[in-house]
Amino acid sequence: MFFTYLRRELRRRRKAALVVASGLALGIALVIVVNSVSAGMNQAQDKVLQSLYGLGTDMTVTKAATAPKAGEGGRPRFEFGAKDDGKEQSSDRVMVQGFQTLAASTVDKVASQKGVADAVGGLSLQVMKVDGQFKRGQFKQDPGSGGATRQGGPGGEPRGRVEGGGASFDVNSYSVYGTDVTKAGLGPRTSSKITEGRAFKTSEADAKVAVADASYAKEKKLALGDSVKIKGVTYEVVGIATPDSGDAAADLYLPLKQAQTLAGAKGKITTVYVKATDSQQISAVKRGIQKNISGTTVTTSADLADTVSGSLSTASNLAANVGRWLSIAVLVAAFLVAGLLTSSAVSRRVREFGTLKALGWKSGRVTRQVVGEAVVNGLVGGALGIAVGLAGAYAVTAISPTLTAQLGSGAGGGGGRGPGVVMGGPGISQAAGKSLDIALSAPVSATTITLAVGLAVAGGLIAGGFGGWRASRLRPADALRRVE
Amino acid sequence: MYQLRGVTKQYRRDKATVDALVDVDLTIGDGDRLVIQGPTGGGKSTLLQMLGGLDRPTSGSIELDGVDLAKLPEARLTTFRAESIGFVFQSFNLIPTLNAQENVETALVPLRLKAAERRERAAQALESVGLGERLGHLPSEMSGGQQQRVAIARALVKNPKVLLADEPTGNLDESMRDEIMDVLETLWKEHGLTFVMVTHDSSIARRAPRIATIRKGRITLTENSKAV
Ligand SMILES: Nc1ncnc2c1ncn2[C@@H]1O[C@H](COP(=O)(O)OP(=O)(O)O)[C@@H](O)[C@H]1O
Ligand SMILES: [Mg+2]
Repeated sequence: MFFTYLRRELRRRRKAALVVASGLALGIALVIVVNSVSAGMNQAQDKVLQSLYGLGTDMTVTKAATAPKAGEGGRPRFEFGAKDDGKEQSSDRVMVQGFQTLAASTVDKVASQKGVADAVGGLSLQVMKVDGQFKRGQFKQDPGSGGATRQGGPGGEPRGRVEGGGASFDVNSYSVYGTDVTKAGLGPRTSSKITEGRAFKTSEADAKVAVADASYAKEKKLALGDSVKIKGVTYEVVGIATPDSGDAAADLYLPLKQAQTLAGAKGKITTVYVKATDSQQISAVKRGIQKNISGTTVTTSADLADTVSGSLSTASNLAANVGRWLSIAVLVAAFLVAGLLTSSAVSRRVREFGTLKALGWKSGRVTRQVVGEAVVNGLVGGALGIAVGLAGAYAVTAISPTLTAQLGSGAGGGGGRGPGVVMGGPGISQAAGKSLDIALSAPVSATTITLAVGLAVAGGLIAGGFGGWRASRLRPADALRRVE
Repeated sequence: MYQLRGVTKQYRRDKATVDALVDVDLTIGDGDRLVIQGPTGGGKSTLLQMLGGLDRPTSGSIELDGVDLAKLPEARLTTFRAESIGFVFQSFNLIPTLNAQENVETALVPLRLKAAERRERAAQALESVGLGERLGHLPSEMSGGQQQRVAIARALVKNPKVLLADEPTGNLDESMRDEIMDVLETLWKEHGLTFVMVTHDSSIARRAPRIATIRKGRITLTENSKAV
């Protein structure tokens, strides 16, 4: 009888059921869209962070910020002898990015910390290349007063001037990352895929080979097998790497030892890339490293995410705050409306339920009937809401609006791609001024669907609770009430 | 056998109290037929509720075969209604979304019968009130007289001890009144029920052996020598 009665009620009071269901559907659809857009935002942020750190990096360890000491680092200087007249000259200045280094032994210290699954060191360099030539000025005689003067006029000075002296130089800068060839699975290089050639072999710890970023290679017209010269050392390009998203971590990748030699930083690294054993324990691991290894700064993805600005961050804040509150508000409203509508439906059926009680139906049975109806309404609303929500999330993914992410403290004054090296804090020096375009998607997870179904059932139960409570308080004598 | 002693029912509305029944003493023998009359608001329906265990008196006792309904716990009172009392209401009180057969079945739901037996008995009950052809009809697809016959089938399908009818013809036009009264009378005789009916219809009242009149909550009994 329970199901017969339930079926009959829902079929013959379709409109009322639909009103309750659509209210719930709206709330649930909103939750799905907001949740999946939020998930899309997180994915986008992860992509941004990945492009800096590489896959699977949970945090980086760098030297704690200190004022640069005199004589260390400092501004680049170039020295050219002006002796070789008219000859093309070239000079490379290789600098450690951020001018702060750690001893390579830090990697092992970090790796031995509790909660650290793996750690790898890397050296980020900035190379400034200056190409150009000097020309010595040429003396030109005044044609009018030529030899005649010289001959005729004693003491006559030769007249003329130096012309055409000067210099023309081309300055350009690119980034080099020295990577640990024995640990290919961690670090910034993993944010790019080898699209041509090959990656470093583990045997190439000190080999004169390089992997070039695809867009850098294109700009410099570098192909596989070509050579690049840095500070007089020639490297063979063995691979071309294309970033998975956004910008590459570096223009050129070299074996770590080579990079150290170039920079005159033997046994030094700029950053340790750390993978934690448990992604839930990251802040504890961070605290451990900072406590046990003095003079280091640990930067987690979360720390870095705080430095993300631009439309991505605006949108993600919007989704996290406005979206969440809006969906909660709509849900609460939907639950309330569903509850009140169910309750008022019970009021309109006072005589019906009173009659059933007069016929000897227990209160619980009547209540169960009311709750059953409400739960089915909730499920119908849930199904409707999931359909609408999925359609909404699909639409967002189909349109995939582009968001821009700016990384670094307050856009970092003009960006770090020009000849100038941006000197941010060491922790985020790499990130400073980086800007990425990322297409937003709204992936719907099983968790979101489960949440939606849960909300639908909850909505039905809340509505049923209102109605059932009302129904349970009806007296059998209400069956005799005259007024509807 | 019903034995009512000093039954008083007060309704509290806001601050005022309404005396719906005042010190009612009444005995109704098994298989008896009692007609209740009186002006609107006199307390007729209230008395019927007391007899049917729909509500409890403010004071006094209502014994049915020695069991005081006034003191019965709620769950047992519910079971008592399910097993022993058949109600017929003025406004039929059918469930609008259920068809005739399902409406009759609702009376058997608390008795925990098997679905097949429930359906079978419901069909039989509808047959006995002349609605064997209308099992699948909704209340809205039937005339008032037919609806009331469904309600009568629902009241009697459980073979109750007592049939209580509150103005069962009050919402019907003249032609249907006699039809319903005939059905009730036949069934009363067939089932050997104790039958208490509230009615304004004096032609019906004239045929009853005993008439109770309730005014302002007080009851007066009249024996009817001309009863049929
Ligand atoms: N649930 C109730 N709450 C308050 N007053 C009630 C209630 N039911 C009945 N009454 C009052 O009790 C009196 C008797 O009512 P009722 O038994 O319905 O009379 P009748 O059936 O004779 O018309 C009336 O004054 C009515 O207003
Ligand atoms: Mg009445």
